[in-house]
Amino acid sequence: MLKIKNLHASIEDKQILKGLNLVVKPGEVHAIMGPNGAGKSTLSSIIAGKEDYEVTEGEILFENEDIAELAPEERAHKGIFLSFQYPVEIPGVTVTNFIKTSINETRKAQGLEEMPANEMLKKIREKAELLEIDRMFLSRSLNEGFSGGEKKRNEIFQMAMLEPKLAILDETDSGLDIDALRIVANGVNKLKNENNAVVVITHYQRLLDYIVPDYVHVLMDGKIVKSGTKDLALELEEKGYDWIKTELN
Amino acid sequence: MNLKEKIFASFMTLEESREVNSNLHQIRNHAFNHFEKNGFPTKKLEAWKYTSLQSVLKNDFTVFPKNDNTIELKEVKAYFLHEIDTYKLVFVDGKFNSFLSQTTHEGIDVCLLSSVLTKPKYQLVLENYFHQIANKDESLTSLNSAFAQEGAYINIPKGKIADKPIEIIYFSTGNDASVLLQPRNLIVVGENAHVQIIERHQSLHGNPVMTNAVTEIFAQKRAIVDYYKIQNDSAQSTLIDNTYIAQKQESIASVHTFSFGGNITRNNLNFYHQGERIQSNLKGITILNNKQHVDHYTLVHHAQPNCESHQNYKGIFADQSTGVFNGKIYVEKEAQKTDAFQQNNNILLSDKASINAKPQLEIFADDVKCSHGCTIGQLDESAMFYMQQRGIPKNVAKGLLMYAFSNEVLDSVKIPELKQRITKIIAQKLRVNLGFEL
Repeated sequence: MLKIKNLHASIEDKQILKGLNLVVKPGEVHAIMGPNGAGKSTLSSIIAGKEDYEVTEGEILFENEDIAELAPEERAHKGIFLSFQYPVEIPGVTVTNFIKTSINETRKAQGLEEMPANEMLKKIREKAELLEIDRMFLSRSLNEGFSGGEKKRNEIFQMAMLEPKLAILDETDSGLDIDALRIVANGVNKLKNENNAVVVITHYQRLLDYIVPDYVHVLMDGKIVKSGTKDLALELEEKGYDWIKTELN
Repeated sequence: MNLKEKIFASFMTLEESREVNSNLHQIRNHAFNHFEKNGFPTKKLEAWKYTSLQSVLKNDFTVFPKNDNTIELKEVKAYFLHEIDTYKLVFVDGKFNSFLSQTTHEGIDVCLLSSVLTKPKYQLVLENYFHQIANKDESLTSLNSAFAQEGAYINIPKGKIADKPIEIIYFSTGNDASVLLQPRNLIVVGENAHVQIIERHQSLHGNPVMTNAVTEIFAQKRAIVDYYKIQNDSAQSTLIDNTYIAQKQESIASVHTFSFGGNITRNNLNFYHQGERIQSNLKGITILNNKQHVDHYTLVHHAQPNCESHQNYKGIFADQSTGVFNGKIYVEKEAQKTDAFQQNNNILLSDKASINAKPQLEIFADDVKCSHGCTIGQLDESAMFYMQQRGIPKNVAKGLLMYAFSNEVLDSVKIPELKQRITKIIAQKLRVNLGFEL
């Protein structure tokens, strides 16, 4: 589904990714861990198409198509979803209106008719329930005055509505208390099937107790330096990252 | 003959046809002398530093437009708030059009200023209100006072509530190559009375029009006045709007100014407090493109204790459009416990667009709460990326963000159909289909 080959990327002449390789197949859950400043958020931004970054070498293939030149919305239309570490507040636009616009613009791009209002409503209700979101919440301005946990839950709600092929969860666990973490993880797990894939970017092992990865990668200094199973995450939790550095040297 | 000479000759002609032994005659002559002495404002005046009328004044404006101008309802229906029933005062090239209007004298007066100026039964109204708060030191207001013949006269007596909104619309037909229109409105809202008014100036053609309008509004004790100005005129239309509002104790007066079109638009909006516990609200949304220019020049004169004023102006400027916001808050020594707030936020969408913003606070009382804030920025890139990531194309995302930006001001519009209409104009102006009912 996603193939990243020898990816080099920079922002304002600062090299951040230095030859990153990653292959994600349908049905898989990958976790990317690493110390601060390793390039984890850069990677997610680049896959989603943020313009501030420049890809200087290598390629990103999504379903065998090079997506490097596509606008963020075109990537979204193909089924790439990024759950933001810091979701943006948009006062004056309600959660419901935002998701309606989002879904219908996506359908339009895919050559589909707008989703009928009753179907939309039904889906909103269903997914809100899945994430234990109260109906009042849906008529509030998007992310405005939301707590950290509400913002993240709202991200996963949108993911549930859009049903992407590839979901990248960027530090979705930060700012979540244990109950919210459980709800969010439960939502992600329910959406998971053999046709879609999830990439979890995280600092801590905690989220991986709930969203169990098939593969764990360590991202350091712009490269994936070590890959393994979920046991690697536990080891990292216990020992930190220094031992990997030593191992590399 | 330049425009000023032409105006002089026209004034003489006009005076010959009018009654000379009256107060009105005095008012006109004083006003004209004042205009003659000061002329049109230039950029040398501090108050006009950022707005030049020079290019407009080159036009050979007709001061007395042709009389026989008729228009069909179907041509102009779109400019009315036709979704709901309203009273209407419609003027075509400065003349009242009874066919398109809906006036009343039942309980409230929704009629014509010409009646007030000429009919003896309105003598008291004339003496008590006409030209009482219009600034006599402002040359364009003086010009209007010298020529004023027609416009809206609205009187909501004590305790009455206007049962539907009142629309005041000035059309120009373009039957003359270029016209100077000088409408004059007088609005008296009695104790505990309530009225909603929508004012609009609309040119139906591409010929140059300059409108120099003066509106005097009197809000008596506990009166509630909601005034909406829709400025979405053609590219050749210039509007100088001079609005003066006197408020008595506990009255609430709100003016919303929606500036979306026209060539040069200048809004001189003045509030004078004449009692305690008054509330004044000044709100504006300005969305401009091409070379359009809008200048908001506001004054709130706090003269009595315990009054509030709230100003909130939002501006979005594209292409080479330019904006000015000059907000003056004057707090007299007696006006303790004043709560005055002013906010002006702007977004520049192009390198060539600009805004000059100037808060001006003059405070002589020592126990007051006055604040002002001004921002000028671009669209939030991270918000754009967020929306694009959710599949919303860049141009729609832009529109949504700008809509969100101006929404706060729209929130206080009390006529739902008007709010919808403005939202539609905003969507059009931003060239975006928002995809949901707002």
